Parts: sequence; C-alpha cells; structure tokens
Amino acid sequence: MLWPRLVRNLVSRPLTDPAPPPVAPEIIAELRARLEEASQARLGRSLAIRHMDSGSCNGCELEINALQNVAHDLERFGLRFVASPRHADILLVTGPLSRNMAEALLRARAATPEPVWVVALGDCAVDGGIFKGSYAVLGGVDAALPVDLVIPGCPPSPTQILEGLVALIEANA
Amino acid sequence: MSARAIIESGRPVGCVPWPRYLLDASRWAQLASPSDLALLGLWGEAGMAHAAFLDEARMQVLLASVAAPEGHIPALSQGRPGAALFERMLRDLYAIEAEGGDPRGWLDHGRWPVLGPLSAHPTRHAPDPTPMEFLPVAGEGVHVIPVGPIHAGVIEPGHFRFHVQGEIIVRLELRLGYTHKGLLTLMQGKSPRAAARFAARLSGDSTVAHGLAFARAAEAAQGVEIPPRAAAIRAAMLELERLHNHLNDLGFIANDAAFAVIHARAGLVREELLRAQFAAFGHRLMMDGLQPGGVAQDLTPEGVAALRVALAAIEAELPVLLGYYESHASLQDRVLGTGTMSADLVAAFAPGGVVGRAAGRAFDARLLTGELAPEALILQSGADVDARWRQRYAEALQSIAFLAALLARLPEGPLTTPMTQRGGEGIALVEGFRGECLAWMRLDDGGLIEACFLRDPSWLHWPLLEAAVIGNIVADFPLINKSINGSYSGVDL
Repeated sequence: MLWPRLVRNLVSRPLTDPAPPPVAPEIIAELRARLEEASQARLGRSLAIRHMDSGSCNGCELEINALQNVAHDLERFGLRFVASPRHADILLVTGPLSRNMAEALLRARAATPEPVWVVALGDCAVDGGIFKGSYAVLGGVDAALPVDLVIPGCPPSPTQILEGLVALIEANA
Repeated sequence: MSARAIIESGRPVGCVPWPRYLLDASRWAQLASPSDLALLGLWGEAGMAHAAFLDEARMQVLLASVAAPEGHIPALSQGRPGAALFERMLRDLYAIEAEGGDPRGWLDHGRWPVLGPLSAHPTRHAPDPTPMEFLPVAGEGVHVIPVGPIHAGVIEPGHFRFHVQGEIIVRLELRLGYTHKGLLTLMQGKSPRAAARFAARLSGDSTVAHGLAFARAAEAAQGVEIPPRAAAIRAAMLELERLHNHLNDLGFIANDAAFAVIHARAGLVREELLRAQFAAFGHRLMMDGLQPGGVAQDLTPEGVAALRVALAAIEAELPVLLGYYESHASLQDRVLGTGTMSADLVAAFAPGGVVGRAAGRAFDARLLTGELAPEALILQSGADVDARWRQRYAEALQSIAFLAALLARLPEGPLTTPMTQRGGEGIALVEGFRGECLAWMRLDDGGLIEACFLRDPSWLHWPLLEAAVIGNIVADFPLINKSINGSYSGVDL
C-alpha cells in the first residue's frame, strides 16, 4: 500500500542534515581576500585568447597556428585559444580592418567579458599596412577598438608573437 | 563550331604567351555551352569582361573578351556553373551585369562607400549593409545552422549557412567577401615592381605562387627573360611552399578527425622547414623573396645546407605519418568515402590543383611550362577526403625529389634582369599548393599597371565544397572543408 508510506514520510524527519549556521561576516571577508590573493597567483598567469581575423591575407594565421605546434607549445605559458569570445581574456586581431568585418569585430568585442585586452597582430592590424587608404579598409584595429598591445611584422614570427603575449601575462600577473 | 573556333574567330589582341581574342556578345554567349574547353576564370576591367579557358587536349590557354559598353554581358554560368561566383564578383567590382546569371551580390556587402570600384565610373554610395538571401530549402524537419563569419578556430572569416535534416546536410551556401581589401584597386597605376607586394599578399599561404604568377605575367608583358639562376631559385621556392603547406594540410585533416599524432608530428617537421626557409631566404614564408625580373636574394651554400637538413627530416617522417594514417581504422572510417565529388560535378567545375587531381583530373599548371613531365603527374581516383590526403602525401614526396635535384644544380649567374618601362599584356599560370594561380595584366606605355587580375584556384573549389558536403553529416564538414582548404582571402580580393 502506498498511503501508509506517504504518511510515514510526511511525519518523519528528513535524511539530509540541516544547513550549517550562518558564518560570521568577518570570516567571510577574510576568506574572500585569501581566495583573491591565491587565484591571482595561481590563475593570473593564464589567459584565454580568441583569435579574430578582420581581413588578413592568412599569413598571420599560419604563424599563429605555428605557435601551437610542439616546437613553440603555447599552452605551457598558460596561453590557450578558445572558441568563443565569451571565454576570452584577449582578442588577438589580425588583418587590416575591412569594412565587411567591422561589425563582426565589434559584436565579438561586445560579447567578451571585462577585463579584456585587444592585441593588434601584424602590420595590417597595426595601421592597415599596405592596404591603408583602400575603399574597403577602415585602417588598423584601432579604427574600431582601443588597442592594448601591438605585435608588428608581416607576419610576425611565432617567437615574436610569444614575446608579446608573455609580456601581457607578466603585466597581468 | 568548336569552342576553340568560336574564340579564334574573334579579333586577336596581343597577349603573351597566350593570345586573347575580342568577341562580339553573340559569340561570347555561345561559350556558355559546355565544351572541351574548361573555364579557368572570368574577370573584368572598365567596360570589358575577360575569360580564360584551358584547352586540355592541347594543354594551351585561350583568352576571350567581350565589350560591355552598356554594362551587360551574356552570362556564361548557364552552362558553366564555375562561372557563377566570378559573375557575381564582376558586378560587384566592375559594375558589369551577367544577364541570366545569379543576381545576388558576392563581395559587396553594401558596406563600401563606392559602387563598382573597378568600373569606368565608380559611384559614391552611402553604406547600407545588405543581408544575403540564401536559397530556401523546403522539407519536413529541415533546420538551419548559421556559422560565421567568425569561426571557432584560428581561421579566416566567412559565413556558412547549412540546411540540415537530422544530421544530414541538405544544402550549404557560403557567403564570403569578409576579407575584401580592395587589393586590385591598390595595384592599379603602380609599376609591376611596386605592385608585387600586393600579389604576394593575396593569400599569404600562396605568397610564392601568386607572387611568381604575377612576376611571370609582368615579364611576359614586357618581354623580359630572367637569368637561369633566378629561375632555379624560384622553382625551389615554389616547391618549398607546396611542401610546407601540404605538411600543414596532412596534419590538419587528421586533426579534424581528432587524430592528433599526425598533426603534431607534421607540425614539427614543418616548423623545421620554415626555420630553414628563414635561414635561406630571410623570411619563414619566403614573402617578397621574388619580384618581377628575378629574385630578391641569393641562395647561399649555407642556405642550401639548412634546407637539405630540413628536407631529409621530412623525407624520413612522411612514411611514419602514412603508417599512422593507414593503420588506424577510426581515422580511415572518417576519411574514406567522406566528401566525395561526383564525376559530373568535377567535369562541370573543372577544378584545378589537389582537388582536381584527387578526382582524376589530369591537370597541373606545371605541364603548360614543361616544369612537370606528363608522366610525372600524380592522380587519385577517389575524389574523397582520403584521396585528397593521399594526393598531398604523394605530391609532398615528389616536391622533396624535385628539390633535391634543383638544389644540387643551381646555375651560376646574376639574380635579376632589369624590368623595362614598356607597355604590353601578359598572362601566367603557376601551380601553387592549392592549384593553378593565374595572373593577367596590361601595362600602359609607361610600364604601369592599367588593368590586372589575380585568380586563386579556390574560385572553383568553394562551390565544389558546397556540393561535396551534401548528404554528409554535419560532423564531417570540418574534415571535408579542410581537405579542400579553400583560401578566403584569395577569392575575397
């Protein structure tokens, strides 16, 4: 019969323990301070990168991909590429800012949580490079977004890209 | 009347080394019927459209032109589907409408301040972004997956619109043009020497191939012969570029099936090759290493030695990669029979490069110039992801053999021939790692570029990607896409 069991359960005590009593606010504040300190030391040396091509010739992409080969092994520095701007700390932008990509770049930036660093990678991203002045190009990345770091080169070598990104980690740590 | 006879009935206009014929609109319209001539490309200049065809039987290129005084030409895409994207570009850049073609825009997303930037009279235009109209799909349970322009990985931007039924792709349409930089406009009015920097940046992975096609077209236009040493160094650069890109693709195709070992190992030997290229040419990708008239730098014995070390490592590694590739059923299951192109599709689009040869199409632009003997041509018949992987594998080994021969016998002599300031018209086809890169230009009396076009092989590969994925599952799309590996920037111009 179901009814006796239901009634028994209704009047008996639950198996789960009650929640602990509230902790004193000063203890919570102290814990929070310790957590922030530890996370800065442990997690502050890790940055997630979202690559954005705003009109490149794909030369910069070849060298960014080379950063992930076993010779350069980007991830040992705590740097990794992520698929979504929502997971990113860095927007790594390549190419001159084409008019056809400007809206997509701004939307990706809007989807990236603060704080975020915008890195202009390659001569084109710095100021439009050889495509400066074209009807189809707005200029460098800074024509749409404030830029925090520039890594010039056509394309910059993986070593040069690493130097720039590791400097960003050091500044952040 | 054969297509060749139709073209040759036109008025010859000097172009070197292959002639160009000016046709009237009715003769041009006849070229729309499928024939023994394959369409290589279609482009324009102010008030004029040009098309390049390949006569596969004679291994010759034929050029045809038609005037468009009113801004209209008959479409070729009715019988030649490969012309469709070119015609959409023709309207966007040159304001020439192909009557009877696809009326939708391509490169122009409504965001530029001008209309018809390469036409006789570009007009001002207030930017007004236009969404692309995708072809509709009807059916029970059909849903849409829009992807891009920003993709998940480190890759160029483009929008892919999938129509899917369950897991099966029913239709895929692309919208590209996001990396349009106005490259051709920037080249106009410059000397070939000054414009070479742009050709070298049409598609960064093909910087040598496009740079070489551009340089050869300029040299053909001005009747300049380059020294033998420069020719040999260029040939070596072209094979090196093919090799490092094929290694990249061999790794990335396997990686898209989540098989990381091939990717990691190919990536390492490729890195060693890029470092050797830096030692030999002062640039990892050899960008700006050649220019009209010759090469930018000598290849020293130390450079040759560095390249030889890297090549020996790759030659030893490639069979290891093949061993991994063939001995893992999980990987074979993903690549075999995936993304197969039917013989009809291959015949209709006549794609060049790895994509064409992996589907049994016996064309390589090196055959036109005698750089490749017909019996050395490598072909596969599968037309699937596996065939394209194996084609790259075989070509990589062949490039190493070519390089060994080239580096052993570099002729002595100067590195450049001075370019003149003469006018003229020239065309060249160079077999890059993707396929044939075409460059055409006409120089004015002062030797400056009056009109020019650079045509990447991807123009014929992208529509084939749309066709090859039909009936495959969504999860196989990255694999198919990577096995074709079209260039976005190369067609976005």
